[in-house]
Amino acid sequence: MLDLKGYGPTILKGSLVTIEVAILSLLLALLLGLLGATAKLSRNPISKAVGTAYTTVIRGVPDLVLMLLIFYGGQIMMNSLSDWLYDQFEIDTYININAFVAGVLTIGFIFGAYMSETFRGAFLAVERGQVEAGLAYGMNRWQIFKRIMFPQMMRHALPGLGNNWLVMLKTTALVSVIGMEDMVRAAHQASAALQAPFMFFIPVLLIFLALTSISEFFFKKLETHYHVDSRRASQ
Amino acid sequence: MAEKAPLVVTDVHKKFNDLEVLKGVSLRAVKGDVISMIGSSGSGKSTFLRCINLLEIPTSGEIEVHGEQITFTTSRNGERKPADIKQVERMRSRLSMVFQSFNLWSHMTVLENIVEAPIHVLGVPKKEALESAERYLQKVGIWERRNYYPAQMSGGQQQRAAIARALAMEPDVMLFDEPTSALDPELVGEVLKVMRSLAEEGRTMIVVTHEMAFARDVSSQVVFLHQGKIEEQGSPDKVFNNPDSERVRQFLAPKY
Repeated sequence: MLDLKGYGPTILKGSLVTIEVAILSLLLALLLGLLGATAKLSRNPISKAVGTAYTTVIRGVPDLVLMLLIFYGGQIMMNSLSDWLYDQFEIDTYININAFVAGVLTIGFIFGAYMSETFRGAFLAVERGQVEAGLAYGMNRWQIFKRIMFPQMMRHALPGLGNNWLVMLKTTALVSVIGMEDMVRAAHQASAALQAPFMFFIPVLLIFLALTSISEFFFKKLETHYHVDSRRASQ
Repeated sequence: MAEKAPLVVTDVHKKFNDLEVLKGVSLRAVKGDVISMIGSSGSGKSTFLRCINLLEIPTSGEIEVHGEQITFTTSRNGERKPADIKQVERMRSRLSMVFQSFNLWSHMTVLENIVEAPIHVLGVPKKEALESAERYLQKVGIWERRNYYPAQMSGGQQQRAAIARALAMEPDVMLFDEPTSALDPELVGEVLKVMRSLAEEGRTMIVVTHEMAFARDVSSQVVFLHQGKIEEQGSPDKVFNNPDSERVRQFLAPKY
Protein backbone atom coordinates (compact mmCIF):
# COMPACT_ATOMS: atom_id res chain seq x y z
CA MET A 1 0.00 0.00 0.00
CA LEU A 2 2.76 2.47 0.97
CA ASP A 3 4.83 1.19 -1.92
CA LEU A 4 3.19 3.59 -4.39
CA LYS A 5 4.42 1.72 -7.44
CA GLY A 6 7.95 1.73 -6.11
CA TYR A 7 8.07 5.50 -5.41
CA GLY A 8 6.95 5.25 -1.75
CA PRO A 9 10.44 5.00 -0.23
CA THR A 10 11.68 7.97 -2.30
CA ILE A 11 8.81 10.12 -1.11
CA LEU A 12 9.36 9.05 2.49
CA LYS A 13 13.04 9.87 2.18
CA GLY A 14 12.00 13.20 0.69
CA SER A 15 9.83 13.88 3.71
CA LEU A 16 12.90 13.55 5.93
CA VAL A 17 14.61 16.18 3.78
CA THR A 18 11.57 18.41 4.20
CA ILE A 19 11.77 18.01 7.98
CA GLU A 20 15.52 18.69 8.02
CA VAL A 21 15.18 21.82 5.93
CA ALA A 22 12.30 23.01 8.09
CA ILE A 23 14.07 22.46 11.41
CA LEU A 24 17.39 23.97 10.35
CA SER A 25 15.58 26.93 8.82
CA LEU A 26 13.63 27.36 12.04
CA LEU A 27 16.81 27.51 14.11
CA LEU A 28 18.30 30.09 11.77
CA ALA A 29 15.04 32.06 11.69
CA LEU A 30 14.75 32.10 15.50
CA LEU A 31 18.31 33.34 15.83
CA LEU A 32 17.89 36.01 13.17
CA GLY A 33 14.50 36.90 14.62
CA LEU A 34 15.92 37.55 18.11
CA LEU A 35 18.79 39.54 16.61
CA GLY A 36 16.47 41.46 14.30
CA ALA A 37 14.06 42.31 17.12
CA THR A 38 16.92 43.43 19.37
CA ALA A 39 18.34 45.57 16.56
CA LYS A 40 15.01 47.20 15.81
CA LEU A 41 14.41 47.95 19.49
CA SER A 42 17.94 49.22 20.02
CA ARG A 43 18.65 52.85 20.74
CA ASN A 44 21.65 52.72 18.42
CA PRO A 45 20.54 54.29 15.11
CA ILE A 46 22.76 52.04 12.99
CA SER A 47 21.42 48.78 14.49
CA LYS A 48 17.94 50.14 14.15
CA ALA A 49 18.47 50.97 10.47
CA VAL A 50 19.96 47.55 9.70
CA GLY A 51 17.11 45.77 11.48
CA THR A 52 14.49 47.87 9.74
CA ALA A 53 16.06 47.39 6.31
CA TYR A 54 16.17 43.63 6.87
CA THR A 55 12.52 43.25 7.82
CA THR A 56 11.27 45.73 5.25
CA VAL A 57 13.12 44.26 2.27
CA ILE A 58 12.72 40.58 3.10
CA ARG A 59 9.08 40.75 3.98
CA GLY A 60 8.45 42.78 0.87
CA VAL A 61 9.70 40.37 -1.80
CA PRO A 62 8.39 36.95 -2.88
CA ASP A 63 10.07 33.94 -1.23
CA LEU A 64 10.48 32.13 -4.53
CA VAL A 65 12.23 34.99 -6.30
CA LEU A 66 14.62 35.43 -3.41
CA MET A 67 15.37 31.72 -3.35
CA LEU A 68 16.11 31.65 -7.11
CA LEU A 69 18.30 34.72 -6.70
CA ILE A 70 20.32 33.23 -3.85
CA PHE A 71 20.68 29.84 -5.57
CA TYR A 72 21.60 30.99 -9.08
CA GLY A 73 22.98 34.43 -8.24
CA GLY A 74 24.88 33.01 -5.29
CA GLN A 75 26.53 30.43 -7.52
CA ILE A 76 27.64 33.11 -10.00
CA MET A 77 29.04 35.18 -7.16
CA MET A 78 30.89 32.18 -5.78
CA ASN A 79 32.25 31.42 -9.25
CA SER A 80 33.57 34.98 -9.64
CA LEU A 81 35.02 34.72 -6.15
CA SER A 82 36.92 31.54 -7.01
CA ASP A 83 38.08 33.08 -10.32
CA TRP A 84 39.33 36.09 -8.43
CA LEU A 85 41.06 33.95 -5.81
CA TYR A 86 42.74 32.02 -8.63
CA ASP A 87 43.82 35.19 -10.49
CA GLN A 88 45.12 36.92 -7.40
CA PHE A 89 46.57 34.14 -5.31
CA GLU A 90 46.49 31.11 -7.58
CA ILE A 91 44.22 29.44 -5.07
CA ASP A 92 42.23 26.82 -6.85
CA THR A 93 38.84 26.48 -5.20
CA TYR A 94 35.38 25.70 -6.28
CA ILE A 95 32.61 26.62 -3.92
CA ASN A 96 29.39 24.91 -4.74
CA ILE A 97 26.12 26.31 -3.46
CA ASN A 98 24.08 23.18 -3.09
CA ALA A 99 20.35 23.20 -3.06
CA PHE A 100 20.12 22.14 0.58
CA VAL A 101 22.29 24.99 1.88
CA ALA A 102 20.64 27.52 -0.42
CA GLY A 103 17.22 26.33 0.70
CA VAL A 104 17.96 26.49 4.41
CA LEU A 105 19.70 29.86 4.13
CA THR A 106 16.91 31.40 2.09
CA ILE A 107 14.04 30.10 4.15
CA GLY A 108 15.82 30.86 7.43
CA PHE A 109 16.68 34.34 6.21
CA ILE A 110 13.13 35.07 5.04
CA PHE A 111 11.41 33.77 8.14
CA GLY A 112 13.96 35.49 10.37
CA ALA A 113 12.35 38.72 9.19
CA TYR A 114 8.87 37.54 10.17
CA MET A 115 10.20 36.24 13.48
CA SER A 116 11.84 39.63 14.12
CA GLU A 117 8.45 41.27 13.98
CA THR A 118 6.87 38.59 16.17
CA PHE A 119 9.62 38.94 18.79
CA ARG A 120 9.63 42.72 18.58
CA GLY A 121 5.91 42.85 19.27
CA ALA A 122 6.33 40.36 22.09
CA PHE A 123 9.17 42.31 23.73
CA LEU A 124 7.11 45.49 23.53
CA ALA A 125 4.17 43.71 25.13
CA VAL A 126 6.14 43.03 28.32
CA GLU A 127 5.22 45.76 30.77
CA ARG A 128 7.99 48.09 31.83
CA GLY A 129 7.07 47.48 35.47
CA GLN A 130 8.04 43.81 35.20
CA VAL A 131 11.61 44.74 34.36
CA GLU A 132 11.65 47.54 36.92
CA ALA A 133 10.67 45.12 39.64
CA GLY A 134 13.65 42.98 38.63
CA LEU A 135 15.96 45.98 38.79
CA ALA A 136 14.53 47.12 42.11
CA TYR A 137 15.25 43.72 43.63
CA GLY A 138 18.88 43.77 42.61
CA MET A 139 18.84 41.44 39.60
CA ASN A 140 21.53 41.87 36.99
CA ARG A 141 20.81 42.37 33.29
CA TRP A 142 21.24 38.73 32.38
CA GLN A 143 18.96 37.56 35.20
CA ILE A 144 16.33 40.05 34.12
CA PHE A 145 16.52 38.82 30.53
CA LYS A 146 16.54 35.14 31.39
CA ARG A 147 14.12 35.02 34.28
CA ILE A 148 11.68 37.82 33.46
CA MET A 149 11.97 39.27 29.97
CA PHE A 150 12.38 36.04 27.99
CA PRO A 151 9.66 33.92 29.64
CA GLN A 152 7.21 36.81 29.52
CA MET A 153 8.09 37.67 25.96
CA MET A 154 7.59 34.02 24.94
CA ARG A 155 4.04 34.08 26.23
CA HIS A 156 3.29 36.88 23.82
CA ALA A 157 5.40 35.45 20.99
CA LEU A 158 4.23 31.81 20.98
CA PRO A 159 0.98 32.19 19.06
CA GLY A 160 2.84 34.16 16.38
CA LEU A 161 5.80 31.77 16.36
CA GLY A 162 3.47 28.82 15.89
CA ASN A 163 1.88 30.53 12.96
CA ASN A 164 5.25 31.39 11.38
CA TRP A 165 6.40 27.82 11.83
CA LEU A 166 3.40 26.39 10.00
CA VAL A 167 3.85 28.78 7.08
CA MET A 168 7.57 28.02 7.04
CA LEU A 169 7.07 24.26 7.07
CA LYS A 170 4.89 24.61 3.98
CA THR A 171 7.29 27.02 2.33
CA THR A 172 9.91 24.24 2.26
CA ALA A 173 7.94 22.90 -0.72
CA LEU A 174 9.62 25.69 -2.69
CA VAL A 175 13.05 24.07 -2.37
CA SER A 176 11.92 21.46 -4.87
CA VAL A 177 12.12 24.21 -7.51
CA ILE A 178 15.87 24.53 -7.07
CA GLY A 179 16.30 20.81 -7.42
CA MET A 180 16.32 19.59 -3.88
CA GLU A 181 15.10 16.04 -3.39
CA ASP A 182 12.39 16.81 -0.88
CA MET A 183 9.09 14.98 -0.88
CA VAL A 184 7.39 17.48 -3.15
CA ARG A 185 9.99 16.96 -5.86
CA ALA A 186 9.89 13.20 -5.42
CA ALA A 187 6.11 13.25 -5.79
CA HIS A 188 6.32 15.58 -8.76
CA GLN A 189 8.71 13.28 -10.61
CA ALA A 190 6.68 10.19 -9.80
CA SER A 191 3.40 11.72 -10.90
CA ALA A 192 4.98 12.97 -14.12
CA ALA A 193 6.34 9.52 -14.90
CA LEU A 194 3.13 7.65 -14.19
CA GLN A 195 0.56 10.35 -15.05
CA ALA A 196 -0.93 9.81 -11.60
CA PRO A 197 -0.99 13.10 -9.66
CA PHE A 198 -3.58 11.96 -7.11
CA MET A 199 -1.61 8.89 -6.14
CA PHE A 200 1.46 10.95 -5.27
CA PHE A 201 0.35 14.44 -4.29
CA ILE A 202 -2.37 13.34 -1.90
CA PRO A 203 0.09 11.38 0.28
CA VAL A 204 2.34 14.46 0.29
CA LEU A 205 -0.55 16.62 1.46
CA LEU A 206 -1.33 14.07 4.16
CA ILE A 207 2.28 14.07 5.34
CA PHE A 208 2.24 17.88 5.55
CA LEU A 209 -1.02 17.72 7.44
CA ALA A 210 0.45 15.18 9.85
CA LEU A 211 3.53 17.34 10.42
CA THR A 212 1.47 20.47 11.04
CA SER A 213 -0.85 18.59 13.40
CA ILE A 214 2.09 17.26 15.39
CA SER A 215 3.50 20.81 15.49
CA GLU A 216 0.27 22.20 16.85
CA PHE A 217 0.39 19.61 19.59
CA PHE A 218 3.93 20.70 20.55
CA PHE A 219 2.99 24.37 20.47
CA LYS A 220 0.10 23.65 22.82
CA LYS A 221 2.64 22.03 25.18
CA LEU A 222 4.90 25.07 24.93
CA GLU A 223 2.01 27.40 25.61
CA THR A 224 1.27 25.45 28.77
CA HIS A 225 4.93 25.58 29.72
CA TYR A 226 5.06 29.36 29.38
CA HIS A 227 1.65 29.77 31.03
CA VAL A 228 0.11 31.62 28.12
CA ASP A 229 -3.18 31.27 29.95
CA SER A 230 -1.98 33.04 33.08
CA ARG A 231 -2.13 36.28 31.09
CA ARG A 232 -5.87 36.01 31.49
CA ALA A 233 -7.54 36.64 34.77
CA SER A 234 -9.61 33.65 35.77
CA GLN A 235 -11.90 35.41 38.17
CA MET B 1 30.24 53.79 67.48
CA ALA B 2 26.61 54.60 66.85
CA GLU B 3 24.84 52.45 64.31
CA LYS B 4 24.96 53.89 60.83
CA ALA B 5 21.73 55.30 59.43
CA PRO B 6 20.16 52.87 56.98
CA LEU B 7 19.54 55.63 54.48
CA VAL B 8 20.96 59.10 53.99
CA VAL B 9 20.05 61.07 50.87
CA THR B 10 21.80 64.38 50.34
CA ASP B 11 20.75 67.21 48.06
CA VAL B 12 19.27 65.18 45.22
CA HIS B 13 18.49 66.99 41.99
CA LYS B 14 16.78 65.39 39.02
CA LYS B 15 16.33 66.93 35.62
CA PHE B 16 14.39 65.43 32.73
CA ASN B 17 15.76 67.37 29.78
CA ASP B 18 15.06 70.97 30.80
CA LEU B 19 12.50 70.16 33.43
CA GLU B 20 13.93 70.13 36.93
CA VAL B 21 11.69 67.79 38.91
CA LEU B 22 13.79 67.66 42.08
CA LYS B 23 15.60 70.76 43.27
CA GLY B 24 17.72 69.53 46.11
CA VAL B 25 15.95 67.08 48.40
CA SER B 26 17.67 65.53 51.41
CA LEU B 27 16.41 62.87 53.75
CA ARG B 28 17.79 60.88 56.63
CA ALA B 29 16.12 57.74 57.91
CA VAL B 30 17.24 56.16 61.17
CA LYS B 31 16.32 52.61 62.04
CA GLY B 32 12.60 52.24 62.70
CA ASP B 33 11.68 55.51 61.01
CA VAL B 34 8.47 55.63 59.03
CA ILE B 35 8.74 58.64 56.76
CA SER B 36 5.65 59.63 54.81
CA MET B 37 6.19 61.76 51.75
CA ILE B 38 3.13 63.75 50.80
CA GLY B 39 2.36 66.50 48.33
CA SER B 40 0.33 67.08 45.21
CA SER B 41 0.81 65.12 41.99
CA GLY B 42 3.87 66.30 40.13
CA SER B 43 5.60 67.51 43.28
CA GLY B 44 8.37 64.98 42.65
CA LYS B 45 7.75 62.54 45.48
CA SER B 46 7.66 59.40 43.33
CA THR B 47 10.69 60.57 41.36
CA PHE B 48 12.52 61.10 44.63
CA LEU B 49 11.68 57.57 45.78
CA ARG B 50 12.87 56.17 42.44
CA CYS B 51 16.10 58.11 42.78
CA ILE B 52 16.79 56.39 46.10
CA ASN B 53 17.16 52.95 44.48
CA LEU B 54 18.45 54.42 41.22
CA LEU B 55 15.51 53.49 39.02
CA GLU B 56 16.11 57.11 38.09
CA ILE B 57 19.67 58.38 38.20
CA PRO B 58 19.82 61.64 40.15
CA THR B 59 21.39 64.47 38.14
CA SER B 60 23.33 65.36 41.26
CA GLY B 61 23.29 64.46 44.94
CA GLU B 62 24.46 61.55 47.05
CA ILE B 63 22.87 58.37 48.36
CA GLU B 64 24.26 56.44 51.27
CA VAL B 65 22.96 53.06 52.39
CA HIS B 66 24.23 51.93 55.79
CA GLY B 67 27.21 54.24 55.47
CA GLU B 68 28.16 53.07 51.98
CA GLN B 69 27.99 55.83 49.43
CA ILE B 70 26.98 55.09 45.85
CA THR B 71 29.73 56.11 43.45
CA PHE B 72 28.94 57.85 40.20
CA THR B 73 30.83 58.54 37.04
CA THR B 74 30.09 60.34 33.79
CA SER B 75 29.28 58.41 30.64
CA ARG B 76 30.59 59.32 27.17
CA ASN B 77 27.50 61.36 26.33
CA GLY B 78 27.97 63.40 29.48
CA GLU B 79 25.25 61.75 31.56
CA ARG B 80 25.79 60.77 35.13
CA LYS B 81 25.70 57.05 35.78
CA PRO B 82 26.63 54.67 38.58
CA ALA B 83 30.33 53.75 38.52
CA ASP B 84 29.83 50.22 39.76
CA ILE B 85 26.70 48.35 38.71
CA LYS B 86 27.49 45.56 41.21
CA GLN B 87 27.38 48.11 44.00
CA VAL B 88 24.00 49.32 42.74
CA GLU B 89 22.62 45.78 42.58
CA ARG B 90 23.86 45.06 46.10
CA MET B 91 22.37 48.30 47.37
CA ARG B 92 19.04 47.66 45.64
CA SER B 93 18.80 44.26 47.28
CA ARG B 94 18.94 46.05 50.65
CA LEU B 95 16.10 48.42 49.77
CA SER B 96 13.00 46.68 48.60
CA MET B 97 10.33 48.52 46.73
CA VAL B 98 6.56 48.19 46.65
CA PHE B 99 5.11 49.68 43.48
CA GLN B 100 1.86 51.47 42.82
CA SER B 101 0.89 48.91 40.17
CA PHE B 102 2.27 45.95 42.22
CA ASN B 103 4.54 44.72 39.41
CA LEU B 104 4.39 41.14 40.58
CA TRP B 105 6.01 38.97 37.92
CA SER B 106 2.98 37.77 36.06
CA HIS B 107 4.45 34.47 34.84
CA MET B 108 5.15 33.29 38.37
CA THR B 109 2.83 32.21 41.16
CA VAL B 110 2.73 34.26 44.33
CA LEU B 111 5.12 31.88 46.06
CA GLU B 112 7.55 31.93 43.13
CA ASN B 113 7.41 35.72 43.12
CA ILE B 114 8.42 35.83 46.75
CA VAL B 115 11.33 33.39 46.63
CA GLU B 116 12.70 34.67 43.29
CA ALA B 117 15.02 37.43 44.47
CA PRO B 118 16.03 35.83 47.81
CA ILE B 119 17.21 32.73 45.90
CA HIS B 120 18.68 34.35 42.79
CA VAL B 121 19.96 37.64 44.16
CA LEU B 122 20.77 36.94 47.81
CA GLY B 123 21.66 33.26 47.31
CA VAL B 124 19.39 32.01 50.09
CA PRO B 125 18.97 28.20 49.94
CA LYS B 126 15.66 27.24 48.35
CA LYS B 127 14.27 25.43 51.38
CA GLU B 128 14.97 28.37 53.66
CA ALA B 129 13.52 30.84 51.14
CA LEU B 130 10.32 28.80 50.88
CA GLU B 131 9.97 28.67 54.65
CA SER B 132 10.30 32.39 55.11
CA ALA B 133 8.03 33.02 52.12
CA GLU B 134 5.30 31.00 53.79
CA ARG B 135 5.81 32.91 57.01
CA TYR B 136 5.46 36.28 55.27
CA LEU B 137 2.46 35.10 53.27
CA GLN B 138 0.76 34.24 56.52
CA LYS B 139 1.72 37.62 57.89
CA VAL B 140 0.05 39.49 55.03
CA GLY B 141 -2.89 37.09 55.12
CA ILE B 142 -2.77 35.48 51.68
CA TRP B 143 -1.17 32.15 52.45
CA GLU B 144 -4.14 30.30 50.90
CA ARG B 145 -3.42 32.08 47.61
CA ARG B 146 0.26 31.16 47.40
CA ASN B 147 -0.19 29.06 44.25
CA TYR B 148 -2.29 31.63 42.40
CA TYR B 149 -0.99 33.75 39.57
CA PRO B 150 -1.15 37.51 40.10
CA ALA B 151 -3.86 37.93 37.46
CA GLN B 152 -6.08 35.60 39.48
CA MET B 153 -6.13 37.85 42.55
CA SER B 154 -7.69 41.17 43.55
CA GLY B 155 -5.56 44.30 43.63
CA GLY B 156 -5.45 44.29 47.42
CA GLN B 157 -4.25 40.69 47.47
CA GLN B 158 -1.65 41.45 44.80
CA GLN B 159 -0.32 44.38 46.76
CA ARG B 160 -0.12 42.29 49.92
CA ALA B 161 1.78 39.66 47.93
CA ALA B 162 4.11 42.40 46.74
CA ILE B 163 4.67 43.47 50.33
CA ALA B 164 5.50 39.86 51.23
CA ARG B 165 7.96 39.84 48.33
CA ALA B 166 9.58 42.97 49.75
CA LEU B 167 9.72 41.53 53.26
CA ALA B 168 11.35 38.31 52.05
CA MET B 169 14.46 40.32 51.15
CA GLU B 170 14.85 41.20 54.85
CA PRO B 171 15.54 44.75 53.65
CA ASP B 172 17.13 47.58 55.61
CA VAL B 173 14.59 50.02 54.22
CA MET B 174 11.28 49.45 52.47
CA LEU B 175 10.24 51.92 49.79
CA PHE B 176 6.52 52.27 49.10
CA ASP B 177 5.53 54.12 45.94
CA GLU B 178 1.87 55.09 46.36
CA PRO B 179 0.99 51.53 47.36
CA THR B 180 -2.76 52.11 47.58
CA SER B 181 -3.33 54.51 44.68
CA ALA B 182 -4.25 51.81 42.16
CA LEU B 183 -6.69 50.07 44.49
CA ASP B 184 -10.46 50.21 44.70
CA PRO B 185 -11.46 52.14 47.84
CA GLU B 186 -12.72 49.05 49.65
CA LEU B 187 -9.35 47.31 49.17
CA VAL B 188 -7.19 50.14 50.51
CA GLY B 189 -7.83 49.22 54.13
CA GLU B 190 -6.37 45.70 53.96
CA VAL B 191 -3.09 47.03 52.54
CA LEU B 192 -2.83 49.91 55.00
CA LYS B 193 -3.46 47.48 57.86
CA VAL B 194 -0.48 45.37 56.78
CA MET B 195 1.69 48.49 56.42
CA ARG B 196 0.69 49.72 59.84
CA SER B 197 1.68 46.38 61.39
CA LEU B 198 5.08 46.65 59.69
CA ALA B 199 5.56 50.12 61.11
CA GLU B 200 4.64 48.87 64.56
CA GLU B 201 7.27 46.14 64.44
CA GLY B 202 9.92 48.77 63.83
CA ARG B 203 10.69 48.44 60.13
CA THR B 204 12.28 51.38 58.40
CA MET B 205 9.90 52.63 55.73
CA ILE B 206 9.70 55.48 53.26
CA VAL B 207 6.13 55.83 52.06
CA VAL B 208 5.00 58.05 49.21
CA THR B 209 1.29 58.34 49.77
CA HIS B 210 -1.95 60.23 49.38
CA GLU B 211 -3.40 58.52 52.46
CA MET B 212 -3.34 61.41 54.89
CA ALA B 213 -4.75 59.39 57.78
CA PHE B 214 -1.95 56.86 57.42
CA ALA B 215 0.68 59.61 57.24
CA ARG B 216 -0.74 61.29 60.35
CA ASP B 217 -1.24 58.20 62.47
CA VAL B 218 1.64 55.93 61.55
CA SER B 219 4.64 58.05 60.52
CA SER B 220 7.49 59.18 62.69
CA GLN B 221 8.24 61.93 60.20
CA VAL B 222 6.25 63.63 57.45
CA VAL B 223 7.83 65.35 54.48
CA PHE B 224 5.76 67.65 52.32
CA LEU B 225 7.18 68.12 48.83
CA HIS B 226 6.20 71.03 46.63
CA GLN B 227 7.61 71.67 43.16
CA GLY B 228 10.64 69.53 43.76
CA LYS B 229 11.56 70.96 47.15
CA ILE B 230 10.80 70.14 50.75
CA GLU B 231 8.20 72.68 51.79
CA GLU B 232 7.64 71.36 55.29
CA GLN B 233 9.11 68.55 57.32
CA GLY B 234 8.67 67.28 60.85
CA SER B 235 6.56 65.21 63.17
CA PRO B 236 3.03 64.40 61.99
CA ASP B 237 1.70 66.61 64.73
CA LYS B 238 3.74 69.55 63.50
CA VAL B 239 2.97 69.11 59.79
CA PHE B 240 -0.71 68.33 60.18
CA ASN B 241 -1.68 70.55 63.09
CA ASN B 242 0.71 73.43 63.01
CA PRO B 243 2.42 73.80 59.64
CA ASP B 244 4.58 76.84 58.93
CA SER B 245 3.76 76.80 55.26
CA GLU B 246 0.59 78.32 53.89
CA ARG B 247 0.88 75.86 50.97
CA VAL B 248 0.69 72.90 53.36
CA ARG B 249 -2.28 74.39 55.15
CA GLN B 250 -4.12 74.69 51.83
CA PHE B 251 -3.18 71.16 50.81
CA LEU B 252 -4.47 69.68 54.06
CA ALA B 253 -7.59 71.82 54.34
CA PRO B 254 -10.89 70.00 53.93
CA LYS B 255 -11.96 70.29 50.30
CA TYR B 256 -15.72 70.09 50.83
